[in-house]
Amino acid sequence: MVWAWRVAIVMLFATVAAKPAWSAGDESFGIPQVKFINELVSASWADADLEPSPAATDGEWCRRVHLDVIGRIPTMDELQAFLADSSPTKKADLVARLLGDDFVDEYARNWTDVWTTVLIGRDIENEMVSRRGMREWLRRAFSKNMPYDRFMEELVTATGSNTNKEGIDNFNGATNFLSGKMEEGGVQATAKTAQIFLGVQVQCTQCHNHPFNKGKQNQFWEMNAFFRQADALRRFEQTMDIQSIELVDQDFPGEGRDPKEAEIYYELRNGLKKVAFPVFLDGTEISKSGYLPAEGRDGPEWKQLVNPPVNRRKELAQLVKASPLLPKAIVNRMWAHFLGYGFTKPVDDLGEHNPPSHPELFDGLAEQFREQSFDLKELIRWVVLSKPYGLSSRVSAKNAKDDPTLGEKPKFSHFYLRQMRAEDLYESLLTATEADQSRAGEAAAKKKDDWLGQFIIAFGTDEGDDSTTFNGSIAQVLMMFNGDLVKVATSTGKGGFLDRVAASGGKNSAKIDALYLAALARKPSPKEVAAANKLMLERKGDAIGALQDIWWAVLNSNEFIINH
Amino acid sequence: MFHMPTDMTRRHFMSHLAGAAALAAPATAFTNSILANASDMKKRHKSAILLWMGGGPSTMDIWDLKPGSATGGPFKQISTSADGVAICEHMPLMAKQMHHMSIVRSMSTREADHMRGRYYMHTGYVPNPNVEHPSYGAVIAHELADQVPDLEIPPFVSVGSGSVGPGFLGMSWAPFVVDSNGNVRNLDMGIDPARMSQRLEMLATIERKFIGEKRGGVADDHSKVLEKTVQLMTSKQMEAFKVMNEPKEVLERYGIGERGASGFARGCLMARRLVEAGVPFVEVDLGGWDNHDGIFPTLADRKLPELDRAMSGLVSDLADRGLLDDTAIIWMGEFSRTPNINGNGGRDHWARSWSVVVGGGGFKRGVVVGETSSDGKEVVGEPYTSQDVMASVLKSLGISLETTFTAKNGRPMKIANSGKVIKELFA
Repeated sequence: MVWAWRVAIVMLFATVAAKPAWSAGDESFGIPQVKFINELVSASWADADLEPSPAATDGEWCRRVHLDVIGRIPTMDELQAFLADSSPTKKADLVARLLGDDFVDEYARNWTDVWTTVLIGRDIENEMVSRRGMREWLRRAFSKNMPYDRFMEELVTATGSNTNKEGIDNFNGATNFLSGKMEEGGVQATAKTAQIFLGVQVQCTQCHNHPFNKGKQNQFWEMNAFFRQADALRRFEQTMDIQSIELVDQDFPGEGRDPKEAEIYYELRNGLKKVAFPVFLDGTEISKSGYLPAEGRDGPEWKQLVNPPVNRRKELAQLVKASPLLPKAIVNRMWAHFLGYGFTKPVDDLGEHNPPSHPELFDGLAEQFREQSFDLKELIRWVVLSKPYGLSSRVSAKNAKDDPTLGEKPKFSHFYLRQMRAEDLYESLLTATEADQSRAGEAAAKKKDDWLGQFIIAFGTDEGDDSTTFNGSIAQVLMMFNGDLVKVATSTGKGGFLDRVAASGGKNSAKIDALYLAALARKPSPKEVAAANKLMLERKGDAIGALQDIWWAVLNSNEFIINH
Repeated sequence: MFHMPTDMTRRHFMSHLAGAAALAAPATAFTNSILANASDMKKRHKSAILLWMGGGPSTMDIWDLKPGSATGGPFKQISTSADGVAICEHMPLMAKQMHHMSIVRSMSTREADHMRGRYYMHTGYVPNPNVEHPSYGAVIAHELADQVPDLEIPPFVSVGSGSVGPGFLGMSWAPFVVDSNGNVRNLDMGIDPARMSQRLEMLATIERKFIGEKRGGVADDHSKVLEKTVQLMTSKQMEAFKVMNEPKEVLERYGIGERGASGFARGCLMARRLVEAGVPFVEVDLGGWDNHDGIFPTLADRKLPELDRAMSGLVSDLADRGLLDDTAIIWMGEFSRTPNINGNGGRDHWARSWSVVVGGGGFKRGVVVGETSSDGKEVVGEPYTSQDVMASVLKSLGISLETTFTAKNGRPMKIANSGKVIKELFA
């Protein structure tokens, strides 16, 4: 059974020539992986007796793909160029542009935002972590489209200082992933590495065997043992302020004080102590030595050791690289980013107790992702050009039952509504108002962080769990109604967006159209035109004031804030 | 400058969004309506206050001491105003209020991960990938919102942290999160109210169009939250958030203004003010209980004095004002901490045997329910769960446990996950 579909996948990819042959009406743009997605998702519709919604309008699709790939809505120029394009390959062309050199800074900015939250959470007050350092590294990684296996490896094995301050010569921003997670022997480092890169939730097994998945307590501590050579050292300035955190590897003597077999101990619920050495989740053991490989450690007295010196984190990275869970975890995360739901929920729990919605599609995409050298941009291309990503969010009678909010597994027969992330909103308001165009740098990121801070809620645990009130709450609506960001976006100041629209000449109706296109990627309906005209009358000749009112309403609407 | 519309403009103002809101169908219907029990309820309104102890406090160092046991730690116990009930020596002020409260010492749960435990204790359900359950605040607000028809501030307020969300009840039952200073950001609309209402009319036109296109519940939820926001922006009831307007002697009762006074103290006082204003559910959060290292000095010097002062202030204040009989209080965290003391002088996560504290409302007070073994590692007798606590709290508020929520897919969801009422908590 398993073999049958594996063979089918191999054949599917083999039948397509290396160079894609374009043909008008080809729904997969000549890309075999897109075809693969379309076929398997379509099959799941048939199985569930669902009819997919029609395709989204060009305006909707253009807005959606900008939001999801570069983290903001399209500019008016970008939108109009796409609407005017009549080429059958215009979607593939737009995606190629968004993934290409023209947008590399914005692409990097968006994925840096996404991954900063994944790797170090939202909390901006943590002396062990430098968000700036983390972001600098992420921006570089995404700018050059670092292969994802390499990305994981650099984060998991990072050494060096976490900040790029004067006088520091070993800056490595990647260290920020682990620098704040090394307390108590790296318990958080263990949990987060497994969760993010392998989709395995081991944190519960720290203290006990898991009641309903296969996780065992020994697995947690055997994974934890990989991190015991690592330490996060505080480096102080003369003022005794922390200058930076240095993540280092050093010989680990073991809790039994024998570095040749450096073990750790953990406690069972009944109080018994058990010993653990580094063993990967799949049972692969590595050398038990706590010694690091180093110059001079190759003489005969070292050679005869049963357990030769080893860098445990580097070994771990190799094991993660080879694990089938590495591509699965990222494919699931990316699918959820673009389609609103992953194949599993939560996206970072791939345990057997949590079966995926589309197992064959999931496995096939993960295999293809490894085949294609862990290239994130390729994965994005496959997903956003797929049929399910292109569907309308309008629900029809034939697919209304496909509603994951009711606890059904997602079938992706229509596009699922979701609210923009706070970061998307921030960038989209800057775009819609044609504000400062150079905003990929650190200064802009810092400003955005300060603004995002208003939504952060910390939960008061050692694990630094946090959440956001930017989730459709009253606090969010108040910010949109009256907050500074929207005040600036709706300002009528000289040279600003509204001023330019007002001064653009032409009829009022053209100006109202412009506001709608800029924010919603469509023109107003007759009812909306009537409502806008009523406002024009009420402002009695204060044309820019009326445009301000309309603009405020458009920006505050469900249609603006919801990715649809 | 805050522009407060006159009552006239306000009514006009509100009417504009009413259309948009009316288009949004209710996310859930519930069968056994609260009206069925209206006769059971007093005319005065009922409320609940949850004191949420984020991180998992060690209840055997606070409410269920084991002096002399190897696991017991250094704290002594002291007697309290409740007959035969002893608690930690570092809770001297609460000791004088224990005749208003009851301790359940036989909690036994299975979720010892922060996020899972937090969810489970807030909802009565273990996390389930396929459905999000409503938390205490959403359930109680949903059931009791009708009792104060002119309530304009949200029926579920969370002070200092985010609580757990409304799940399938929908975003309009989400917690309204404020900081403990009572500041609500972005409240000032900054323009003439008449113009604001014109803007809202335009906004309602767009909202209605998008909802009419039937793209899913998220669009309707947005409109409902808009409506609640407008209500709140124009409400005089927002005064309830201004804790510092209280007289000095009241502030002192909670320890506000003293050195080291915390946001938690202000949050407790705000909870009392909100309950007075008719808010059915307030959660006040106090974090910092995840004491894996050096637990005893942390508890003795910081956490317990902070808790003791503010919690005793709240209980006594509610009692003195005659509000306690209509206000249930729940004190709990996501779990407790290991009886065994670890190598760092701390305690780790433990869910098998621990305590929660309830009081006020319709609860029997000054009693202890259940017990744990001499080392604190086992519950002796019948163990209780999150569902049982939730069922008991609902009963203490006169909410029928026969209430069943029906999700849109027709799946019935029994309130409090069919928990059993803890009988000893009722006379």
